[in-house]
Amino acid sequence: MSTGMTTITPLVTFRNETPYPFCPGCGHGPILDHLNAALVKLQLDPRQVVIVSDIGCSGLSDQYFATSAFHGLHGRSITYATGIKLARPGLTVIVVMGDGGTGIGGAHLLNAARRNIGITVLVCNNMNFGMTGGQHSTTTPAGAFTATTPSGNLERPLDVCATVAVNGAGFVYRGTSFDPDLADRMTDGIRHPGFALLDIWEPCTAYFAPRNRLTKKALFETLEAMRFPTGILQQTEVPEYAEAYRAAHADELDGPTLRPRPIQPRFRSALERRFSMVLAGSAGGRVGSAARLLARAGVLSGLYAALRNDYPVTVRTGHSTSELVLSPVPIDYAGVTRPEVLVVLSTDGAKQSRKFLKQMRAEDQVVTLPEFADLETPAPVSVLDFAATGGRLRASQYALAVASAAAARLSLFPAEALLEAVRQGEPEHLDSDMRAVEAGRGAAHRISS
Amino acid sequence: MPNRELTDGSTAIVRGALAGGCDFFAGYPITPASLILDLMLREMPKVGGVGIQGEDEIASIGMCIGAAMAGARAMTATSGPGISLYSENLGLAIMGEVPLVIVDVQRLGPATGGATTVGQGDIQFVRWGTAGGYPIIALAPSSIPECYSLTRRAFQLARRFRCPVFVVADKELSLTSNTVDVGEEPEPEREVGPQVNGEPDGGPFRAYRYDPADGVPPLAPYGDGQLLRFTGSTHDERAFITKDSQTVDRLNRHLSAKIEEHRDEIDLVTADLEPDAATLFLSFGVTAGAMREAVTTARASGRKVSALTVHSLWPVPETPIRKALEGVQGVIVAELNQGQYRREIERLAAGCQVLGLNRNDGELISPAQFVEML
Repeated sequence: MSTGMTTITPLVTFRNETPYPFCPGCGHGPILDHLNAALVKLQLDPRQVVIVSDIGCSGLSDQYFATSAFHGLHGRSITYATGIKLARPGLTVIVVMGDGGTGIGGAHLLNAARRNIGITVLVCNNMNFGMTGGQHSTTTPAGAFTATTPSGNLERPLDVCATVAVNGAGFVYRGTSFDPDLADRMTDGIRHPGFALLDIWEPCTAYFAPRNRLTKKALFETLEAMRFPTGILQQTEVPEYAEAYRAAHADELDGPTLRPRPIQPRFRSALERRFSMVLAGSAGGRVGSAARLLARAGVLSGLYAALRNDYPVTVRTGHSTSELVLSPVPIDYAGVTRPEVLVVLSTDGAKQSRKFLKQMRAEDQVVTLPEFADLETPAPVSVLDFAATGGRLRASQYALAVASAAAARLSLFPAEALLEAVRQGEPEHLDSDMRAVEAGRGAAHRISS
Repeated sequence: MPNRELTDGSTAIVRGALAGGCDFFAGYPITPASLILDLMLREMPKVGGVGIQGEDEIASIGMCIGAAMAGARAMTATSGPGISLYSENLGLAIMGEVPLVIVDVQRLGPATGGATTVGQGDIQFVRWGTAGGYPIIALAPSSIPECYSLTRRAFQLARRFRCPVFVVADKELSLTSNTVDVGEEPEPEREVGPQVNGEPDGGPFRAYRYDPADGVPPLAPYGDGQLLRFTGSTHDERAFITKDSQTVDRLNRHLSAKIEEHRDEIDLVTADLEPDAATLFLSFGVTAGAMREAVTTARASGRKVSALTVHSLWPVPETPIRKALEGVQGVIVAELNQGQYRREIERLAAGCQVLGLNRNDGELISPAQFVEML
């Protein structure tokens, strides 16, 4: 070879010098030998290969390879592999797990297949938990004897291949540790850009084989009896998730990130102390929106505003309560126990108002609609009847109308500040909110002083 | 008049994460942390990162751990029930020395508890949330600006110490809108660039270092120059599994020492101490806001009182707490639980009366309740 060129010596093995620790006759050794052969065939940079091992005897696997490796928790290997692949899609990520992992990590297996994340999963399927003494697993055949099924397994074995195949896995293969072409099938799986799973059945010579007289021949007969087909079962070209994610979001790159949206105070409020108002209504009544507009009007007027919303876990029904605090100084505590103004807008709101009504005093104000005129409280109750005044407001405008009336009556901030807040608000509500604010201002004189 | 902003703690946490260089987020929907998930999934593509909703909390934190070892600056966010599911992987992140930020937006527990109700009941849970009993770092913002600054700080600490760092918020802080002054100075530039890579020091690459015990090995992510090994089992410096008692002892001492011996880099409190005050208020999170208002009220009426806001809950900032306790006759520890952090103060407050101001009913402690304690 001419000088000046770099010679690349092919790697003859991806194994390190540590001998396997597996029992005589165990299928794990042959499977790992096939994996080594596949890696040699692919000639990948070992630094760019991450073997992610699960738990159990097969979980020891990564320690015998001179590649990068991740040994995590039982059943979660697929989640770590997914994270590695998402962060660095250029890496080759190979999961080595047992049949146990398909049980405890079943949700991860399903969802990795569904996403078609580009990892290769080797299931070392020896039909039981070997490391812990031969307990039954999700793939133990019906009737089989294990430490935990002493009179025969009553559960139906999980068809791992059919499960991931029907849920979108890109490449699915079932075979055994005796397959002479297993390394080639592993190569196929690793080369496949999407989610690849190889379900590799094998004997556990410590527990399952002796307890069930499992020979090589019996292993094949078992698969046949269960009607579990072997060979390449699925091979489809579905977009790989990590690549699909980047492609789908490519035009968002370097877009403006979440930045402060400053409000420039341009009005002046005469408020010299902390003030609190509670709006108590129902979902759909735009209660929170009304309170937010008042808060914004306060900030536009040089005040500090805090807004705390309360609603049940289902948001489109039930009560909607907003606690608004305005103050000339920063607000470190946004809670309200005794509001100076309580706006009651619905039956739900009246129910939520009980705790406030008791606390209120003669100098406070309750402002409400005609239906709730009989609220019991030490505070004076003012009733605004927008239907009678011919304001023709919809129910969804009442919250803002009543709150605007109270704000005007108490001169919390200049009228123009609230109009400006509405103008800066949601465009689709501009006209409706403007009408509500005007109706409220017109009704302000009805609130007792 | 300076510009102001009406915003919430969730938004501030997300902005803090972006400023801290976050480029990987995985989470699962849960009230009251869902807003962080929604925002992070929108923001991540803009910085060339990845945001994904996991099939559950276990997958979410698992993906974060995998991504972090591949060089990402990862964050996840949940509430108490999600922290329960994070438990096993929290242990893995400690053992494998994974830089990771975990936001806990606390709600009232246990179990489903009050999904939309405030609580501070996870304080000891985040400290002892996994097997083994190793140190943890937890920061607790008490205002919206601190949601930003402490989340950013959490990323720095996670990298510095290669460990999971909690940001302990709560429903009120995360979802209540409040007004903050927008500073004149521009926001700090986002911290970007690859993480520190391991430099070979002659011998074969070692993923971990136990000598000196308090040293922190640089992270050489998957795909960079090294064959990186990682394991959650007891391991030697090259991340091969071992049961050798000497090695295991060195590993375990290291996991503690790297944090315990660097408390001065982690301790963060705000001390508002008044000479000759007989009482010290001590609080954290949303409750510290009420405490600060109470201090203003009390002093306006001529009463002397000191206050300490604890921002770094774990490890307990013992030095600044002891300093604040000097000369006071009593300390009132206020929290929305039945006295979880009080026990930490009791062991530091020799000769000083320790009282609790607690609520565990989904309501906030008010400034008036503080003042009544004087």
